[in-house]
Amino acid sequence: MDWTKLLSIALGAILINNFIFAQFLGICPFMGVSKKMDTALGMGFAVTFVMGLASAICYFINLLLVRLGLEFMQTVAFILVIAALVQFVEMFLQKMMPALYEALGVYLPLITTNCAVLGVALLNVQNKYSFIESVVYGVTGGLGFLLAIVLFASIRERLDMVAEPPKCFKGFPIALITAGLMALAFGGFSGLQVF
Amino acid sequence: MNVGKQIKEGLWSQNPVLVQLLGMCSTLAITTSFSNGLGMGVSVTIILTLSNVIISLLRKIIPDKIRIAAYIVVIATFVTMVDLLLQAYLPDIAESLGVFIPLIVVNCIILARAEAFASKNRVLPAAIDGLCQGFGYTLVLLVMSVIREFLGNGTFGAGLLNGGEGYKVFSSDYSALMMVMPVGGFLTLGVLIALMQWVQGRSAGKGGK
Repeated sequence: MDWTKLLSIALGAILINNFIFAQFLGICPFMGVSKKMDTALGMGFAVTFVMGLASAICYFINLLLVRLGLEFMQTVAFILVIAALVQFVEMFLQKMMPALYEALGVYLPLITTNCAVLGVALLNVQNKYSFIESVVYGVTGGLGFLLAIVLFASIRERLDMVAEPPKCFKGFPIALITAGLMALAFGGFSGLQVF
Repeated sequence: MNVGKQIKEGLWSQNPVLVQLLGMCSTLAITTSFSNGLGMGVSVTIILTLSNVIISLLRKIIPDKIRIAAYIVVIATFVTMVDLLLQAYLPDIAESLGVFIPLIVVNCIILARAEAFASKNRVLPAAIDGLCQGFGYTLVLLVMSVIREFLGNGTFGAGLLNGGEGYKVFSSDYSALMMVMPVGGFLTLGVLIALMQWVQGRSAGKGGK
């Protein structure tokens, strides 16, 4: 196994090509669930978990599709697998870890329509990643999402308390500008490389 | 049925991006050039209209409990068709939109319209709703991509007009490359939504007086 390649995939997914700030995947939950710190944390962990699992399962689904010569069915197959997966995770958590299930609440089913999850499955195929690489990319991509949403939520909590933006910038626009400035900061990682 | 009201809601008062705040990912990601914005806008409009029609036709057959899964299958089918058509006839646009074409499946606008409108209305209003909301989305994409391309590259209509070169307004030596980077997307959309809230706040204030 090539550790440097795995490390560079991980570093790329967390910092350099962060799913939120560089690839614009998963903006909806990023904007919607970042008003409070604890919900942001819950959402981040749930997304990390589902992204890792989805990468692993979609890898095998893709092998099956290639064998059957049905590559054009990728989008349909992946989204169905992800929807079913989220449903199973929900049922499993409800039975086995009710505390975590309560904490995640309504955000769990919403992960189905998080484009970071479908995006990571499609990008794995596009980049021709092996099984291990796919799982690493999925999990670290999720960790990048977690990092971004936690940082953003902590800024937003303060923003609501102390900042006084012009009236028309209140709420969503000022949050977008904040995210823009954070994206600028994350742009600084673009020179980073692992050899 | 009120077509004029639907058009006004789609383009302005209930604009999917600026007011309902849906479909952020693609709006921010692909609005780096005029041709990208147009390609994405037209693709989403077509998919939205067709899926609205089919879902409206099937609204009495689909069981309530699995309706979301059923909607996603309908939407994914049309997305796959558009994806294959783009790859066959417009390979340049398919290349530059990349993974965001298949990701139209999870574009919240389409699922939101299916759930909020198409599943409750007859076929014709549902089709018109799809067209209007799609045009509203396209309009925002075009405005954003024109602003970002102009400030970021100093061009207008690259990849589409003037034999694919676009019209050069000023030299790229003086352009703010930041605007075509991810930062520019967040800033442009933030300012556009603020502008929208300002205009609506003003007209609401006038109406009150």
